[in-house]
Amino acid sequence: MVELSGAQALVESLKREKVKEIFGIPGGSVLPLYDVLYNSGIRHILAHHEQCAAHMADGFARVSGFPGICMATSGPGATNIVTGIATAYMDSSPIIAFTGQVVRAMIGKDAFQEADIIGITTPITKYNVQIKNASEIPMTVKTAFHIALTGRPGPVLVDIPKDVQTESAEMDFSAPFELRGYKPKTDPHPIQIRKAAELLLQAERPIMLAGGGIIISNSSHEALNLAEFLLMPVATSLMGKGSIPETHPLSLGMVGMHGKAEANKLMTESDLLLAVGFRFSDRTTCRLDQFCPDAKIIHIDIDSAEIGKNAKVDLPIVADAKKALAQIYEQIVQKTIKKERSNWFERIQLLKTQFQNKNNNNGARIKPRDIVVELRRSLPNKAIVTTEVGQNQMWAALHFQTLEPRTFITSGGLGTMGFGFPAALGAKVAKPDVPVIDIAGDGSFIMTEQDLATSTLERIPIIVIILNNSMLGMVAQWQRLFYGKRYSASELKNVPNFVKLAEAYGAQGVRVESCKDFSNAIRKALRSDITTVIDIPISPEEDVLPMVPAGMGLGDMMVDSE
Amino acid sequence: MSTKQIYIIGVLVEHKPGVLYEVANMFRRRAFNIESLSVGVTEQKDLARITITVSGDQRTIEQVIKQLNKLINVVKVSILNPKNTVVREMALIKVHAIDAKARSDIIQYVNVFRGHIVDVSSNSLIVEVTGDSDKIDAFIELVTSFGIMEVARTGITALSRGVKVIKNNHESVKEAT
Repeated sequence: MVELSGAQALVESLKREKVKEIFGIPGGSVLPLYDVLYNSGIRHILAHHEQCAAHMADGFARVSGFPGICMATSGPGATNIVTGIATAYMDSSPIIAFTGQVVRAMIGKDAFQEADIIGITTPITKYNVQIKNASEIPMTVKTAFHIALTGRPGPVLVDIPKDVQTESAEMDFSAPFELRGYKPKTDPHPIQIRKAAELLLQAERPIMLAGGGIIISNSSHEALNLAEFLLMPVATSLMGKGSIPETHPLSLGMVGMHGKAEANKLMTESDLLLAVGFRFSDRTTCRLDQFCPDAKIIHIDIDSAEIGKNAKVDLPIVADAKKALAQIYEQIVQKTIKKERSNWFERIQLLKTQFQNKNNNNGARIKPRDIVVELRRSLPNKAIVTTEVGQNQMWAALHFQTLEPRTFITSGGLGTMGFGFPAALGAKVAKPDVPVIDIAGDGSFIMTEQDLATSTLERIPIIVIILNNSMLGMVAQWQRLFYGKRYSASELKNVPNFVKLAEAYGAQGVRVESCKDFSNAIRKALRSDITTVIDIPISPEEDVLPMVPAGMGLGDMMVDSE
Repeated sequence: MSTKQIYIIGVLVEHKPGVLYEVANMFRRRAFNIESLSVGVTEQKDLARITITVSGDQRTIEQVIKQLNKLINVVKVSILNPKNTVVREMALIKVHAIDAKARSDIIQYVNVFRGHIVDVSSNSLIVEVTGDSDKIDAFIELVTSFGIMEVARTGITALSRGVKVIKNNHESVKEAT
C-alpha cells in the first residue's frame, strides 16, 4: 500500500498495464492528471479534436491488438469522443477512454463543462464507470483493461471527477479484481465441434465467411489451415479483410453490397456456410432470405448474443474462433474420408477469371481502381492501409489486395467518415516502422483534416491519398442511380485546395494527374519523414460496382458493364 | 413460432447506482418492451434483484436474455417458468366511497379478494390487493363503477417454487443443439 493522489495512481496503473502512448487533449477537469503525465515517461500525443484522439486510439488498438488509450476533459471534451467510442464499439475495438468530470459535489448541478458521459455512453461502451473514490483507481483500471481486451473486445470509458484526481488515498495495486457478472466463454462445446466437422466433411460446396472476429482472435493461420485442407474458399466481410492473403487461390475477397462479383455469386451457390466472427450485418448479407439460401449455416462467435440475432443458424458454436477452428481442424484431419471437391474448386477459379476486372481504361481519366492497384504494387506486404468511408472505402476494399491481418483498418459498422486519417496516425504510432496510408475521399478527409497538425507536431508521418471526385461520392452515386441525378447537397466543388491545405499544416501536398505521376508521388512519399497528401482528381461520375441495390439479394448485383 | 407470450425474467445485478439504467436502457436501445419491472435488494446486500415481465416470441426472449447477460453488472439471468413460480403483484387503489352503501359494498369485495383497507376518509378508501396480475385486474374492474381516484401497482415480482434459486454463479445461455 502506498499513499498517492488519484492522478498519480491512474498514471501508475497505466504504466503497470504497459501503456506507452496516450492520445488526448487536456482541459479543466483533467489538469491534475496532465500534471502527473508531464514527467511520467508516457508519451502523450496531442490531438486537435477529441474525436480524433479516440480514432487514433482505435487505429492503434486495431493494428497492435493492445488497448488504445484516449483522454479528454469533461463536458464537450467527453462528448466529442462519443463518435470515436461508437465507432470502436461497432467494430469491437478495445479502446479505453478516460474522461475528466466536474468535482463530486457539483455532479448533477449542471456545472460548467458538466456532461453525463456515463449516461451518454452506456449504449455504446462494453463497460463504463465513474470513479467515486481515489482508492478505487488501481482496481478500476485493471478491470477496464480486462474487459476491453477479453471476450468480444470493446470500448470502456472511465470517468474521473477532478477532486478524485487530487484526493490522496492508500493505493493497493496488487488487489485482485472480481467480476462475477463477466466470465467470457472461450472453449467450444466438443459436441458442436464434432457436428461442425461432420457438416464440413459432407458439404459439396462449402464457403467460409471470415468476419472481423478472425482478425481480432488472431486465427488467420487456423482459418487457412482448415480452408486448404477442405478446399473451401474463403470470403470475408469488410471487417474480415486480410483474414487470409487475398492473393491466395481460395480467397474470394469481400462479400456484400459492394462485394466482389465472384464472391457474391458463389455465396448463393454454396451448400454450407461456415461463418466465423461475423455478425450477419445487413451490408454483407444484403437481403437475408436470399443470402446463401441453399446453405446450412455454422456460426462461430465468442458473443452468444450474436447467435440468432440476425440470421437463423443451424449449428451455433459460442467460442473463441481460434480454439474452435483449431479443434474442428483436428477433428477433420483424423477422418480418413475426404470429399472430392475439385469441381467446386474449378467453379471458383472459373468465376474468378470470368469476373476478373478487365483493365480497359481508355486513359481519359484516372480510375480509382488503377490507383489502388498501383498502391499495392508500391507497398511492402506489411504496410497498413486505413480508409475513410464511402466510395473510397469500397474501392479500397474491392481492389486493394490485403496480404496480412491487421493491415486493413476501416470503420465498418458505424461507417464513420473522417475515421481513416486519425486511425492512420494511431496505427503509425503503434507501428512506426511500417508505412501507413489512408485511402480517403475529399468529403471524408475534410472531416478530420485538422489533425494534420498532430501529424506535424508529433512527427507521425503518414500518406493520405485523396480520391478526389469533388463530391460526397457515395451519396452522389445513390442520387445518380436512384434519385434521377438530383445531386442534393452532395457537390463539394473542388474546395479546398488540398495541396495548400497540407502545406499550411507543415505537411507536403502534391496533385497528380496520371497513374504514372501517382506512382512517382507515392514512392517519394514513402521516403519522406513528413506526411504527404496526394490529391488525385477522378471522375465525379465514377460508380462503385458491383452493387447490390438496397433490399435486394446478393445474386441481384449490378456489375461493371465495361 | 412467432406467438407472443408473457415471460417473467429474474435478473440478479450488482447493487450499484446506475445498474437499473443500464438494464432499462438496453431494453430501449434494442426495442424490447418492458411490461412491468420491479426492483429491490436481496438476501445478499451487494446484489439487487430485478423482476421484468416481457412480452415477445421465443426468439425475442432469447435475445433479451443474451443481451442482459452481456451487461457486465448483470450477474445472473433466469426465465421463470409460470407453472412453478410464485408470482405476486401488489396494488394500492383509492376508490370513491360516497355513502355507507358504497363503503360496505367495497369492503365486501375487498374481503372476497383478501385485500385490506389501509386508509379511510370521509368519502374515499384505499385498498391494498396482492396477487397475480389477473386478480388485481379483476378487482380493479369490479370497483371501477364506484369511481377509481388513483391506482399504484408495484409490477410483478416472482420466485420459483421449491429449492431452485437464482444464484450468482454466472452461466451463459445454453447453446441450442
